[in-house]
Amino acid sequence: MDKYIETPITDEVINNLKAGDFVFITGTIYTARDAAHKRMYETLRNQEKLPIDLKNNIIYYMGPSPAREGRPIGSAGPTTSSRMDKYAPELLDLGLKGMIGKGKRSKEVIDAIKRNNAVYFASIGGAGALLSKSIKESKVIAYDDLGAEAIRELKVENFPAIVVIDHDGTNLYEQR
Amino acid sequence: MREINVDKITEIVKEMCINVNHFLSEDMREAYKNAYDSETSEIGKKILGQLQENLEIAGEEMIPICQDTGMAVFFVNVGQEVHITGGNLTDAINEGVRQGYVEGYLRKSVVSDPIIRKNTNDNTPAIIHYDIVEGDKIEITLAPKGFGSENMSKIYMLKPADGIEGVKEAILSAVKDAGPNACPPMVLGVGIGGTFEKCALLAKKALTRKAGEHSQTEYVKELEIEMLEKINRLNIGPAGLGGKNTAFAVNIETYATHIAGLPVAINICCHVNRHITKEI
Repeated sequence: MDKYIETPITDEVINNLKAGDFVFITGTIYTARDAAHKRMYETLRNQEKLPIDLKNNIIYYMGPSPAREGRPIGSAGPTTSSRMDKYAPELLDLGLKGMIGKGKRSKEVIDAIKRNNAVYFASIGGAGALLSKSIKESKVIAYDDLGAEAIRELKVENFPAIVVIDHDGTNLYEQR
Repeated sequence: MREINVDKITEIVKEMCINVNHFLSEDMREAYKNAYDSETSEIGKKILGQLQENLEIAGEEMIPICQDTGMAVFFVNVGQEVHITGGNLTDAINEGVRQGYVEGYLRKSVVSDPIIRKNTNDNTPAIIHYDIVEGDKIEITLAPKGFGSENMSKIYMLKPADGIEGVKEAILSAVKDAGPNACPPMVLGVGIGGTFEKCALLAKKALTRKAGEHSQTEYVKELEIEMLEKINRLNIGPAGLGGKNTAFAVNIETYATHIAGLPVAINICCHVNRHITKEI
């Protein structure tokens, strides 16, 4: 089913998302991949404040190619989510509601999704040119030194994704 | 001796880097089209349609097909009658990568050390495999490799007693483990034989073969066909969401090996199987 959702994402919206739904996301989302997750993890270990507010927000596992002049971003498809599995449960426990990536998740992540009434989306891997068309603005807001791996705030309009693991833990990859 | 100046090599490599990340080769485009036409899963067909649309946008608007513009892997055949002038061949190739990735708005995905992990900011160094061949030309093949699929690649040191059935099992097991992570439909490069490193190299090189072309060795060709059919019955499908197109092609290369061994390497590539060859 096609569903149009906005960020920040509420429990009510999440309760209505089922594995297999096609969603179109509008609003602000944040990018973070391997190096940014590692740094956020270290920040938390040092009892310091994270550079982004996770509450009811979505993290997109993505490191774009550089933007050509006059464009907000370059190619911008998802990276493999499982590399973030080590870090995701803690972020979910801190209020993160959604993750966009591609591929399988660990049992610990799925448990944390259920525990926190969250959701895991996949966008289409290897479709970075197409996906970039739904990104209207992009701004580095933390860890600039990480280049493609910096944390970016994206304004997206009808960004397409598929619900893979819903708040009940139903997993689309296991259903095919 | 034919003389080739390093500046010419750098210029050509730079253009190859930009071209290969925005345009897929004709054989790969054909593979996409065939997959779209044959796909029976509704969601699979939808995804294949979007992947084709992605290729069009990439070429028309010069946005890389995938943001992971890869680590630049080269196979370079150097004619033994060529004299390189003006510098060093490896430096010339790396300079071409540097210019191509910086000027072509390609992502810099290389860190200088696997543990310290500091980005080199120009996508160098490249991975370069040289062969010395007859003649007075240099043939350069570039195949930028993304790591979503590279991470799902496998190497097995099978026993001779495992035989061809062991090889089949190894290939299927690698594809099942990869599942949605490797961005299917995938292309599989398989190396059988040689030594530990030789079979991995064969597997990598097999990815640069045209999709749809088969081995000249009859049993290898049959194995390629059989494995493609078996893989496409796994119902992993486009993006791992089900369907009959899990792989576009299975390309197998073999080499002599030791009486005690049967090495098998499976190098998985996502649907963005980029490769380009130029002769100088």
